Amino acid sequence: MSVGTESLVTVTATINGEPRTFTVPGHRTLLDALRSELGLTGTKSSCTEGECGACTVMLDGHAVNSCLVLAAEVDGHEVLTVEGVSVDGGTDLQQAFLEHGAVQCGFCIPGQVMSAEYLLSRNPDPSVQEIRDAMSGNLCRCASYNRIVEAVRQTATKRVSTRG
Amino acid sequence: MVTYYKAHAVADALEVLGRTDVEAKALLGGTDLLVGLGDRLDSAPGVVVDLKGLADGEPLAVTESGVRIGLTVTMADLLADPTVSTWYPALAQAAGEVGSVAIRNRATLVGNICNASPACDTAPALLVHGAQVRIASAAGERVVPISEFFVGPRATTCARDELVTAVELPRPVPGTGSAFQRLTRRWGVDLATVSVAAAVHGDGRIQLGLGAVAPTPLLVDVPAGTDLTDRAALDPVLDEVLAVATPISDIRAGADYRAAMVRELAARTLRAALDSTRRTQA
Repeated sequence: MSVGTESLVTVTATINGEPRTFTVPGHRTLLDALRSELGLTGTKSSCTEGECGACTVMLDGHAVNSCLVLAAEVDGHEVLTVEGVSVDGGTDLQQAFLEHGAVQCGFCIPGQVMSAEYLLSRNPDPSVQEIRDAMSGNLCRCASYNRIVEAVRQTATKRVSTRG
Repeated sequence: MVTYYKAHAVADALEVLGRTDVEAKALLGGTDLLVGLGDRLDSAPGVVVDLKGLADGEPLAVTESGVRIGLTVTMADLLADPTVSTWYPALAQAAGEVGSVAIRNRATLVGNICNASPACDTAPALLVHGAQVRIASAAGERVVPISEFFVGPRATTCARDELVTAVELPRPVPGTGSAFQRLTRRWGVDLATVSVAAAVHGDGRIQLGLGAVAPTPLLVDVPAGTDLTDRAALDPVLDEVLAVATPISDIRAGADYRAAMVRELAARTLRAALDSTRRTQA
């Protein structure tokens, strides 16, 4: 390879179920590519160093901090953002966030929703402690934590009972 | 500009990483390398060499004689593996303490040790379990005990023209127990103020792995036969074996506090390791 001259990378990935192709500089993070190249601004940029969780998305079904993934790394992979989980309007989880007053300033909520959906995909009926542990990487400066945990608990209970 | 290069063979990765005309950095999970990359392009590497495309066989391979942890094995993979939890409880516990769920889904064990933070969460557990580090170069391959791998803060014995390809752990002798504990300022997404792994080996050896109390993670021996249940007898023994620790004061804690806490954590972790031998024998 001729290192140093190939600074642009063309990436083809499945974003929210749709094949997308875009070209980015090698240093572009997935977070910035989602927001700038793909116009998916639901994913929020805050600390950009993996501390706050506002940029959480799913990569091949696993929750990750999109600020710590290069856009180039997702070539050939699947990315799900908050727009992809609520394609038909708000989900039951998002409705529960609203009903519990968990959304105050709202900036952390897309990341909270993605982390909660990831937890529920692996543990459909988590305890309060399991929710707190699983979402410890999602900071909320409005400190809505108790309301967020309640919203996730209620959603889990409803989903489990619906599925019987 | 940063050039992204996905390597598909160890030889290709070695060639780019070994180049002297450009600053090249290896990329695995990216949870250390990418911190602030977007904001610091002037000090960023010229080439990021993504190693996740290297053919790696079974990334996490279990055999009768031990476990081989390849390049792409994440903290979440270690947590989910029943053999790792049974044979190396300290390592599973350490993996479970790293960062957050999202960090653990990306952060790799190999990346964690190559980053070589003095507070490296997995190092104390790897030390007490006698891990070996497999390092490839154009000249061939060498295997280094993890106790000789770290040479300073953010520095390892792995040279610029070399590449760590796996970490291997010997199967513990029957009756071995281990545990890991760390002290942090908050529960999630924090670096260790002090961390300790302890192993009570089935052959009688007792070892401690210490993190964040020296320029590198440390391995120390506790005299065989020490009564780990008698705190009054244990403390003077710990004072002696922990004298090798040289904690510093930084943003997370003062040196005196670290020195006091490493003794406390050592005592607790030894007891937890002893309890885990009893569980495996039960």
